[in-house]
Parts: sequence; structure tokens; C-alpha cells
Amino acid sequence: MIRILDHNELFNQPDYQEQFERKKEFERPWPKEKVREVSEWTKTPEYRELNFKRENIKINPAKACQPLGAVFCASGFDGCMPFVQGAQGCVAYFRSHLSRHFKEPFAAISTSMTEDAAVFGGLNNMIEGMENTYALYKPKMIAVSTTCMAEVIGDDLNAYIKTAREKGVIPEDLPVPFAHTPSFVGSHIVGYDNMLKGILKALSEGRKGESNGKVNIIPGFDTYTGNYHEIKRLMALMDVGFTLLSDVSDTFDSPNTGEYKLYPGGTPLPEAMDAVNAIGTIALQKYSTVKTMDYIQKEWGQKTFTLPPIGIRNTDRFFSELSKLTGRPVPASVEAERGRAVDAMVDSHPYVHGKRFALVGDPDQLLGLMSLIMEMGGEPVHIVCTNGDKHFEAEARELLASSPFGAGGTVYIGKDMWHMRSLLFTEPVDILIGNSYAKFLTRDTGTPLIRIGFPLFDRHHLHRQPIIGYQGVINLVSMLVNTALDELDRKTVDTTSFDVIR
Amino acid sequence: MSTAIKDTQKMIEEVLDAYPEKSKKDRAKHLAANDPSGQCGACQVKSNIKSRPGVMTVRGCAYAGAKGVVWGPVKDQITVSHGPIGCGQYSWWSRRNYYNGQTGIDTFGTMHITTDFQEKNIVYGGDKGLDGALHELKELFPLAKGIGILSECPVGLIGDDIEAVSKRVAKEFKFPIVPVRCEGFRGVSQSLGHHIANDTIKDYVLGKGELDTTTPYDVALIGDYNIGGDAWASRKILEEMGLRVISQYTGDATINEIAIATMAKLNLIHCYRSMNYICRHMEEEYGIPWMEFNFFGPTKTYDSIRKIAARFDEKIQEKAEAVIAKYKPVMDAVVERYRAKLEGKKVMLYVGGLRPRHTIGAYEDLGMEVVASGYEFGHSDDYKRTYPELKEGAVVMDDATLYELEEFTRRLKPDMVGSGIKEKYSYHKLGVPFRQMHSWDYSGPYHGFDGFPVFARDMDMTVNSPTWDLIRRKK
Repeated sequence: MIRILDHNELFNQPDYQEQFERKKEFERPWPKEKVREVSEWTKTPEYRELNFKRENIKINPAKACQPLGAVFCASGFDGCMPFVQGAQGCVAYFRSHLSRHFKEPFAAISTSMTEDAAVFGGLNNMIEGMENTYALYKPKMIAVSTTCMAEVIGDDLNAYIKTAREKGVIPEDLPVPFAHTPSFVGSHIVGYDNMLKGILKALSEGRKGESNGKVNIIPGFDTYTGNYHEIKRLMALMDVGFTLLSDVSDTFDSPNTGEYKLYPGGTPLPEAMDAVNAIGTIALQKYSTVKTMDYIQKEWGQKTFTLPPIGIRNTDRFFSELSKLTGRPVPASVEAERGRAVDAMVDSHPYVHGKRFALVGDPDQLLGLMSLIMEMGGEPVHIVCTNGDKHFEAEARELLASSPFGAGGTVYIGKDMWHMRSLLFTEPVDILIGNSYAKFLTRDTGTPLIRIGFPLFDRHHLHRQPIIGYQGVINLVSMLVNTALDELDRKTVDTTSFDVIR
Repeated sequence: MSTAIKDTQKMIEEVLDAYPEKSKKDRAKHLAANDPSGQCGACQVKSNIKSRPGVMTVRGCAYAGAKGVVWGPVKDQITVSHGPIGCGQYSWWSRRNYYNGQTGIDTFGTMHITTDFQEKNIVYGGDKGLDGALHELKELFPLAKGIGILSECPVGLIGDDIEAVSKRVAKEFKFPIVPVRCEGFRGVSQSLGHHIANDTIKDYVLGKGELDTTTPYDVALIGDYNIGGDAWASRKILEEMGLRVISQYTGDATINEIAIATMAKLNLIHCYRSMNYICRHMEEEYGIPWMEFNFFGPTKTYDSIRKIAARFDEKIQEKAEAVIAKYKPVMDAVVERYRAKLEGKKVMLYVGGLRPRHTIGAYEDLGMEVVASGYEFGHSDDYKRTYPELKEGAVVMDDATLYELEEFTRRLKPDMVGSGIKEKYSYHKLGVPFRQMHSWDYSGPYHGFDGFPVFARDMDMTVNSPTWDLIRRKK
């Protein structure tokens, strides 16, 4: 029987190790001592200072670009084809990136602009793109966003779409919302916001009428499909009629039935069109919905609430406001869920209390996690938000100031994971929270990683578990406490403290 | 014309029917029934032409070809994604070009380094920021051996002069700073990015390295990006043959290795598409001959070993035979173990670079048949090399779309499909066994004698996973 070794073991074999040594003759590497010396230097406060001085370069940043957020948002509407005006590589990247996270297919269109479009503009690409998209993929809606190429050359989406309609390449009544989503402004969360505003604007036009008595829920750039299922369950428990605006749960979590559905679900367009007649809109994220919520408040005249339900108090606030808005009492079953979540926190607190945390990710997720960690007596120490703005910085500081457990925390906006590396070396913490790329920080600094955020490429199915609501608290608490316990096992494996009951 | 060809042509016509007239006419040129003899004129596909807007091409861009493929793997240079945040984010360590070294200290492969353009860079230009960025990088990473500046779309559109910045700063730093004009809107696919990147290797690095001694057996291993350790597995064979691999392009490569390839006696190229340019240049300027080879599957590997050895003396030829003799029993055992489970299975391939043709032999070693194959960004010379490898009537696809891939799958009913991440999960939904043939689905290596057992194991687990039988299909 042959033992098959793949790369995980193969290259540790002596023949390969010898090959690597031989190869150095040609590589001309630095002497080992030099490498060690520089390696040690990068762990020092002196290096940290140098690292924090940089202004012109990002190293391992935790953010993506606007059009990624836009196509993600667009895919949450039934029958909608995300359509990106610009160079084609971008769309190949968005599709790959989202598929790597969700382990699901993701369809999006590019207008494949090249040099000639750079000179003459992308009108022809838009028209032919619309024609082909409609013929081949039969969408109920085409949601247009842009890459930086189309933005730099100044393509006029509104005029182009009008021309496409006039040319008859798409039906007169096909909704074609659009958003300008330059990748050199903001990040994926801003792109989400711009696209959602564009879609709601296009769909709600002329639809204002009688109140439908429902509540609109906007998840924001939320890559946890479990959260979508969870919010639906909670709204059903509350017995509240609702419309989830950009519901990507089926798009990124469709059942395997032996057929590939290009449009596996999403917010039905008639419901999205009627969203203008809801009694109010609740956003579950703030920083990915700023413009949309402003629009809904001003143009639709609706009551708007931003209620991110991560952690106990945040979830309490969500239910209490929802109850006030709808007049529905919070049912006993939800109260029981709260009790279970709190019970889990009480039981597990000894392993989280006083633990120091470093966090990197999107603004809303960071705020939710900081809140939960402090509710358990944990201490957020380094909070790195590459795509955080001044508003986020102020809010995060205020949150830290609201609890004694936040006293040692510092918020870093516009910083990246290479900054975090310096922070972890100079002011070590017990646990790091971040996306899959944060594993390189774990490798360098030895800090255990809890994978929360986006993208999660190297672990499967994490996005299927909700992290919102009281059930989300239980899931997050399990991650926190069990990571702490795994680390304890690792540290005590050769000691008498290697306990079996904890 | 044979029935096989006629049947396939009829099927292609049916698939094309859904297209609007203009695109139909265009797409018809890119799809053909294979004629291994090369006699049938209608059986030659057109290639390396702009994708139609809106059809959902699988292709990427020049930046992907230059940064993702060619320059990205060079381990001791810092590769800067120059422009907005996205391109570098989405191509961050996604190709698994393995390397040895301490990341962030003397090597930089798994890092995402970008100038993160903001609106002010678009308005006022990015050159000043780039200058600042280069200086900051030099301070933070003193052991870097060079810096590559990989341009994203806006850089070319706003008229920045990254060449001038590079030239000035390179003089100051006394190491190569390579401006690569691989803006994504240039050309029609990744392919132009490969070419541009090859040109910058020639202009900024080639011939400027150090090598103490040379031997008559010095070769360079070109067009192997060490995905999952492929280049290491290939290198092992070449070394066992008695050859001295002085340079790897570009998997696990250092700047010095790239530079000293000009001292090789023979360039051995695996991925012809992405690196033929530099081979041709070294042939013209340095008189170095080059040859293509194929280290996928034992049959092609034995054949390639012998062809490579034939370029050297008897000593090497003897060693080559000894290498084949050493591994043949192992390869036979692998074939014996897996062929029974894979015999007669039909494969559809849609990949890039070299795989649509180079892996056919490996599948055939396992008793499998490739019924359709195509390239995202091939040129006519790729297709010419592919026709003889495929059976008559097989589908040849150039720049296929999501729609076409799905339609061909329905009609050809392959037992497995090998393509990329964008295709993978739609096949999972269809219940069609699928393997990523760009990244080896995070497995590998697939090259050489150490790679083939992994390849065979992986194809078996793909085709014969019991999970496929759990899918409850709608009647």
C-alpha cells in the first residue's frame, strides 16, 4: 500500500528539506543571524513607532472595495443580476472572493471595458452588456454598480441606462437601479450602502400609498447567513410583519437539490417596492447603512432605528424598540432565550473575565463584539478598524468609556493588521478576533484567533451560525470561552493543571 | 467530416441559440468540435479576443496576470498593489505559491501591500504617495531585495509616471524597483498581464544576478508557480536526473534567481502561455534554447524526462532512465489502485495557462477521458498544441461563459468537471463532481512523481465521494 503524502507532509521529508538547502546557493538569502536580528527588531516598541508613522502604504488591511459591497447587496433581491460597469477583472475577483467565503456560487456581470472604452467611454459596453445579460440570464432586475475605471473616466450611468432602454435592449419596465461605487472612496460597507439606496430609490418610485403595517429590516453588509435565518425566526416569534431588504440568505445558503438556480431567492421585488409603505425601518448595522437610512427618513418619511443586536444589552434594545414601534409585546419565548444566553455568560465568565482582547474588522461588528466582551468582564484592548471613520472612532471610545472593562482599550481607525502585529508584540493580549487573514498574526505572535468577520476562508460553515440575538450571544460565548479553554489546554498540556473538568 | 464532429457542432449551435445575434456570431468563433488532425478549418477556435460585455466571462484582467501569476510569487521582493484597495485584497495569497522564508522579514509572499488610493490620489495623482510608500517600505522591511509596483486601473487613466518614480528611488535604494503597467483595462484577459510582467523581468532584473560557478547541466525551471509545491516536485525530478536547477520562474523564486536565468544552458518551460515571452527573449539575446515539457501524470512525465535528457549527454540520459525505473513501480501501483475506480469517467476542463492540455495525459493514465476542454485566456498557439491531445469531436471552448459551461454540462454529462472557484459551487449545486484545477482545491502538488499520487487520490475522492448520492434530485 502506498502512503500518499500531499503538501501538508511531503515537504517536511528529508529529501525536500535537503533540496531547499541546496536551492539557497541560487537564492542568495540573507545570513540567518541577520534575519533573526531583523525579526526581533520588528517586535520592539521602536519598530512599532516606525510602523505607526507610515502614511502612504497599507500592509494587510482589513477592508475590501465599494463594488464588492454593491454586488453583495444587489444579490439579495429576487431575480436581480448584479451588473458592474467597468473592467472585467474586478467582477472575477468579487465572484471568487464571495465564493471562497460562502462556499456558494455567485453570479455577477461585467461589461468588460478595455482600452477603447477608456478613450470613448463605456456606453457601448453598457448597451451590449444589458442586451446579453437579459437574453442569457433573464433577470427580473439589473442592479448597476461601477469599478474605479468607469468612475475615473466619468461614465454617466443614468444617461447610459436611459439610452439602453431607448435602444430596446431591455424591456421598458425592467427595474435598473444604479449606484456609483468608486473603489477609491470608503470600502465595501459604503458600496453596500450606495447600492441599497439606489435599489430602494428605483423600486419605491411612485409606490407611496397606504401603510402596510410592516417593519423593514436592513441587515447591512452582514456575511452571516445564520443571521438572516435568525432575524426571520425572531420576527416570527414577535409576530411582526416585516420585509428584509437585501435578503442574501438563499443567495449564499441555498439547499442542494441537484439543480443550479441562478436566482435562488432574495427579497421579492413586490415586497421591496412596498417597503416605502412600512411603519418604520430598522437597520441592524449602522456604518453600512448611513445614506440609506438617511434617505428612508427624509424621502420616505419613516421612523428609522439603528439597532445592531450583538450582545445582551444591544439585543435588549432591539426588542424593546421593536416592541415600542409595533405595539407587540416581547413574547415569553424570547425572554426565555435571553435567560439562557445570560445563563451561559454567567457559567462561562471565569474564563473570559479579565482576558485581554484584540479585535480587527468592520465597524459594526467590532462595536457589537466589544459590547459583548465587556458584558462578560473581558477587556477589549486593541481595536483596529481599517475602514472605520471618525464617527466610529467616537462611538467606539464612548462604548469603552461606558464600562470599567473598557478602560484599557484604544481604537485605531485607518490602521491595518501590520499595525496590529506591532500592538500584539508590544502589548500582548490573550485572544485575537478577526478574519482568516488574522491567522498570520497568530503565526507571528502566538495569540490564539477567534475567526469572526469577513472573509472566513479557512474554516467552513462559521457563517451559518447566527451571531445576532440571544442565540447569537450563546454562539459567540461558546467561541470565546472554548478558545480560552483550548489555549489553557495548550499551555498546561505538560503540567498537572491539564484538567478534565473546567 | 466525421459524425463525432458533426454531432458536436450541432450541439454547439443549439447552445448558441440563446445569444442575441451579434454575440452569437462572435461566440460561434470560440466554440468548436475537436479535430485532432487539424484538417477541419471550422474546427479551429478564435482566441485572445475581447470578451463580449454582459455574457459572464470567467476571465480576469492584466493585473491578475502580472501580480497574481508572474510577480506575486517572487518571494524576496515586496509586491505593491498600486491603486485602490480591492485588487490586492481579492488576490491576497489566493494562488498558494508556496515559498520558504520568514514572512514580513526576508520574504513577503502572504502579504497584501497597497497604496490604497483615495479620491485625492485620483485628483492630484498618486506619484508623490508612491514615493512616500517606497520609502516607508524600505524602512520597515530592510531585507527586501526589490519592490514591484503593480498598477491598477486608475494609475494608467490619470496619467501617473510610475516609471520616473521607480527610476529615481531605485537609484537611491540600489535595488530593483519594477514599475509594471498591468492596469486591468489593458488587453482582453490575464494574458497581457503575463506578457507585461515578462517584459519587466527583462527590463529590470534579468542578467543582473550573482552565480559563482556554472556547469554544463544548468537549467532554469520556467513557468511553474509552485502552487501547492508543484515546482519543488518538478525540481526533485530534474535534480535526480543530474541537472542543476539554477532558477525557478517564479514559484519560490528570489530576485537573484530571476536574474541568473541567463546563465542556464537550457530553459525548461511548463506554463508556456505565461512565460514563453521571457524564453524567447533569452533565446534571442543570450542564445539559450528552450523546450516545453509536461510533468502531469506518469506517461507524459516519462516522455518529458527522456526528451529533456536527450538535450544532454549520456550521463544525464542514463540517470534519466534510472529515475524512470525508480518511480515506475510506484506510479504503476498508483494507477492500479485508482484506475479501477475511475476507468471510463468523462472529464470536462475549463482552466487557464497550461492545464487544459497538460493534464489530459494524467487523466488518461487513470483511464479517464477528457470530453471538453478550454482556456480562459489561451492564444491560437495554445489551441494548436491542444487539438492533437483531445479526441475527435471533443468540445473546444475559448473564453466560455457561465451559460455555456452549464449548457455543455447538461448535454455532455461529464462525470467530473475541473475548473475554478467561480465555477465550483454551481457544479456542487448541480451535483456534478468538481475539482478546482487552478489551485488544486487547496491540495497538491500535482506535478511530477510526488504529485501524481495526490492527483489520483484527489480525482478519486471527487468522482467517488458518497456525498453526491445524498442529493435528492427533483424528478
